[in-house]
Parts: sequence; structure tokens; C-alpha cells
Amino acid sequence: MSIEVEGLGYTYMKKSPYEKRALDNVSFRVEEGEFVAVVGQTGSGKSTLMQHLNGLIKLTEGKIKVDDIDLTARRPDYKRLRFLVGMVFQYPEYQLFDETVAKDVGFGCRNAGLSAEETEDRVRQAIALVGLDYDEIADRSPFELSGGQKRRVAIAGVVAMRPKVLILDEPTAGLDPVGRREIMEMVLSLHRTVCPTVLMVSHDMEAVAEYCDRVLVLSHGTLAYDATPAALFAKGEQLRDMGLDTPASVQLSTRLRQNGWDVPLCLTPKALAEAIAKALEGSR
Amino acid sequence: MKDVVFGQYYPTGSGVHHMDARAKVVLALAYIVLIFFVDSFVGYFAYALFVLSVTLVAKVPLRTLLRSVKGVAVLVLFISIINVFFSGLGEPLWQWWILSVSVDSLLHAAKMALRILLLVLGPALLTYTTTPMELTDAIESLMTPLKWVRFPVRDVAVIMSIALRMIPTLMEETDRIMLAQKARGASLDTGNIFKRVKALVPILIPLFVGAFRRAEELALALDARCYNASPKRTRYRILRFGWRDLVGLLAFGSLVAVVVLGAVRYDFDGMIYDLVASWVH
Ligand SMILES: Nc1ncnc2c1ncn2[C@@H]1O[C@H](COP(=O)(O)OP(=O)(O)OP(=O)(O)O)[C@@H](O)[C@H]1O
Ligand SMILES: [Mg+2]
Repeated sequence: MSIEVEGLGYTYMKKSPYEKRALDNVSFRVEEGEFVAVVGQTGSGKSTLMQHLNGLIKLTEGKIKVDDIDLTARRPDYKRLRFLVGMVFQYPEYQLFDETVAKDVGFGCRNAGLSAEETEDRVRQAIALVGLDYDEIADRSPFELSGGQKRRVAIAGVVAMRPKVLILDEPTAGLDPVGRREIMEMVLSLHRTVCPTVLMVSHDMEAVAEYCDRVLVLSHGTLAYDATPAALFAKGEQLRDMGLDTPASVQLSTRLRQNGWDVPLCLTPKALAEAIAKALEGSR
Repeated sequence: MKDVVFGQYYPTGSGVHHMDARAKVVLALAYIVLIFFVDSFVGYFAYALFVLSVTLVAKVPLRTLLRSVKGVAVLVLFISIINVFFSGLGEPLWQWWILSVSVDSLLHAAKMALRILLLVLGPALLTYTTTPMELTDAIESLMTPLKWVRFPVRDVAVIMSIALRMIPTLMEETDRIMLAQKARGASLDTGNIFKRVKALVPILIPLFVGAFRRAEELALALDARCYNASPKRTRYRILRFGWRDLVGLLAFGSLVAVVVLGAVRYDFDGMIYDLVASWVH
């Protein structure tokens, strides 16, 4: 189970005055079990890339292979692909439509033609996986839930399809710090339990540094970096040129190192605190 | 999808694009009215020449302009066929049951087809060179006299521009929702008609919910800024009548002259009749 992308390019509205080159010669490979972040300035092509991976945008340039589904084939099996690669859009709560939460979460399973029992089973499991209480919420209308609950329900709708790859487009957009942390913890637990491979578009560098194994940086439609968070954030200046922030702990540990402190480059506040404590102890 | 976002606006920054939108709207109206008075090939040729030259000046590719005709192609074909076979004009060259074809009916059908095509091309050219926002401004300005009979021109204009402003947003939203439901395995373009209608539910409901949410937010935002449409307001884009508009008017004026004079002075249609008649015999 892997994703291979080679020489991927895409142009919106070709041959019109609004023509826009969104992706250009993007190549990478994601293995099963990886938690990959996709970052880049707004308009750099992140969403376009993600929508290619489950066939929502038809491949026009380059190659994509997901597991054994080759998108360059003449008639790729899009239906199977969409159940293999689950996609959670930005602000997914705006897609809820059904009368009850349970029905809405089961939408994907019904489309897959699963039996009523199987659907109910999966819905139960998915709602539990996103941290909600099935008995309390299943028969309520999705429109009367709180914003955070709605988002979880929408994510559950994708999780219920049991995709092997989960793609999330800015899952924490528009949430407060507590909400962001809760959603990230939930994504992490999904990654560890049901969807081994996760690709996440994010503008939240703190979350990227803390949770992801690998970062793809897009810049004006090209793949600028493909590195681990530690290697990437060590490039401070170049990242800023691409309009990307570095996490506060990285910035602070860089400053400390410049001032002669013996601390490594730290990605999370926790790691930094421990490093500082150790450094202080050592100097005493 | 973006077709709808900008109307059909095709930006080239040409002189036609920079014309006063009011002048263009008035010219387009006159163009439409005048075409119903044209009943000779001279007139249609003059019209075609006018459309062609405006297109060239506007730097809109001819192919793009012709795309706007696609929508009426079937209608034109239908009307032409009816006119060729059922008009009952002139001496029949060929007859069968109630169908007959004559030189007159052929020419008549050609005129009808030309009229419809030219009727579509003029307004299409207007929308290719004028943004929807400019159009609303122009219509508002042209409706000013209605203020004297207490017609709320301003309010109507605001409603119109908000509606126009929301179309692209709603189209984008529709796009997004469609993709999202497709990602959950919804198939929108397979199955019989009932299945397809049913497949629209997961798209329409979020769309309506979103539209109401937006309307409410917009109303709040307007209220929060103490918005009131009635008092005299200044505007951001000011329409000015300039030399380009004069050129446009003159060009159209010469079209009118050709249509009127040409039809009187030359028996052009007679020549065409003879030509076609000698060719078919
Ligand atoms: N449907 C579309 N039609 C035309 N152009 C588009 C469309 N969608 C995106 N684009 C353009 O393609 C480019 C890449 O867009 P994309 O949505 O992939 O960016 P992104 O990295 O996801 O940005 P963001 O962080 O704002 O979500 C942008 O310049 C955008 O204007
Ligand atoms: Mg995006």
C-alpha cells in the first residue's frame, strides 16, 4: 500500500485568460504507515494535489499510482480509489445533509452498497473513533450540534468508509487552540488504529512539528522540500522566504543556540523545556 | 465553473472594454430593436460587418464569440428547416405532400437564421466586454428616471449587485460540496432520472443551509456598519461618457444609415435572388 506520484502537473482552465498553472512536475512517494504533512503558502497547490490522489481531479499530466490502482490507465477504478483514499475537505461540517447523525455518517457506506448491519457497525465504530458518544448523538440532527461536534461527525463520515489512506485538508482550520489540539489528537489516534497512512494539509506549523513524520513543502506548484520536520525547520530563513513560519520552540531553541546554549533544535515546547532544564543542570 | 463566475467576461483591456457600460447597454438595446426592422441582405451584411469589427476592436477571439451561438444552434436549425419547407413562398422548385421548396423560401430561411444568430451575437459581445458589476451599475444609472415615480432604484440595484456577487460564491460552494460528496462515493452522473434527482439531495441541502448562513452573516455585517441604501451614497466606480463611447455611437450610427439607405438605394436582394435562382436551375 503506497502512493507514487511522478511528474504531476495541472493547469486550471487551460486555454482561457484565467489559465492558472497549479502544479508543476511534482514527484514523491508515500509508504504505508507514514504521517505526512503538506504545507505551503495559500495558492501553492496543496488542495489541487490532494484532490488528484483520490481522482476528484482527473489526471492530465504525469503519473499517479495508489496501491495497485494506476491512474494513468484508460479507465481507472475511481469508485474503489475513493474508498481506498478517504478525503476530508476543509470545513467538512458544511457538507452535512442528512436527517440524523447516524444516517449522515453512513452515507459513504450506503454508496458502497454495504448491508444495513455492516453500515450500522461501521457507523458505531466511526463515531466512537472520532471521540463522540453514539447513543447520545446518533439520532440527533447534525444541524443542531456544536461546530466542533459537526466537524467530528463529518470526519466520521469518511472514517466509516474504512479508507487505508486518510487525507485531511486543514482539519483544524477555524478552531481555537484547545479544539485544534483535540482534533490533532484524534487524527493521531486514527493514524495509529484504523488509517495507517495519513496526509494532512496544514498551516499550523506547531502541529506539523509535533505530529508528522515527514513534510512536503509546495511552493508555486512545485515541490520545494521533502524532509523530516527537524531537517526542514533547521532551514529557518529559506522557509520564511516561502512564506512559512517555524514553530515557536524551533525559533527559541535557535536563538538559545546562537547565544551559546547547549540545546538541540527542539520541535515541541515539551522537548525544549526538557532540553533547557538539562542545559541548566549541566552548567550548574 | 469559472465561466459563471465572471459571466462570460473576457478581459483584454481593449477600447470596447473601457467604454461606458451605459453606452454599451443602450447600444445593445438599439441593436436588438433595429434588427427587427432589417429585412434585406444588405442590412444583415452590415450587421455582420458591425459585429465583426467590434469583435476585432475588442480583441475577443472569434472562436470564443461563436461559442455563444452554440446554445441557439438547434433553434436556428429547426427554424430554418420549417422555413425552407413550410413557408409556401414563391414558385416551388420541388414539392411533396405539404412540403415545398422555392428560391424564396431558401432565402427567407437564410434571413431568419441570420437574424437569430446576429440577435444572439450582439448581447454576447456586451457580456464578453462588460463585467456583471458594470452592467448592474449601468442599469441602475439608466433606471434613474424611475426614482421620480418613487421606484426604489437604489434598493433594487443593491439587491441585484449582491445577487450577482453571490453567484460565483455559490457556484464555488456547489463545486466543493459536489467534490466532497463524490469523495464519499456519491455518483452524480449515473443511473436513471430518479436516481439522479435523488443524488442531488446531498448537494442541495448543504447548499441551501450555506446560502441562508451567508445571507444572515451579510445582513449582520450590513447592520453592523449602519448600512442604509436610501441616502445619497458616493460610489467607487464612476461611469463616464468619453470619446470611446462617441466612437461607438458613430459606428452604430453608420450601421443604421447603411441599413436604412442600403435597403432603399440598391436592389441587393434582387441580385442575390437572381444569383441563387440561376444556380439552382
Ligand atoms: N477551481 C479552480 N479554478 C481555477 N483555478 C483554481 C481552482 N482551484 C484552485 N485554483 C488556483 O490554483 C492554485 C492552487 O490552488 P489550491 O487550492 O490547490 O491552493 P492551496 O495550496 O490549497 O491554497 P490554500 O492554502 O488557500 O487552500 C491557486 O492559484 C488557485 O487560484
Ligand atoms: Mg486549499
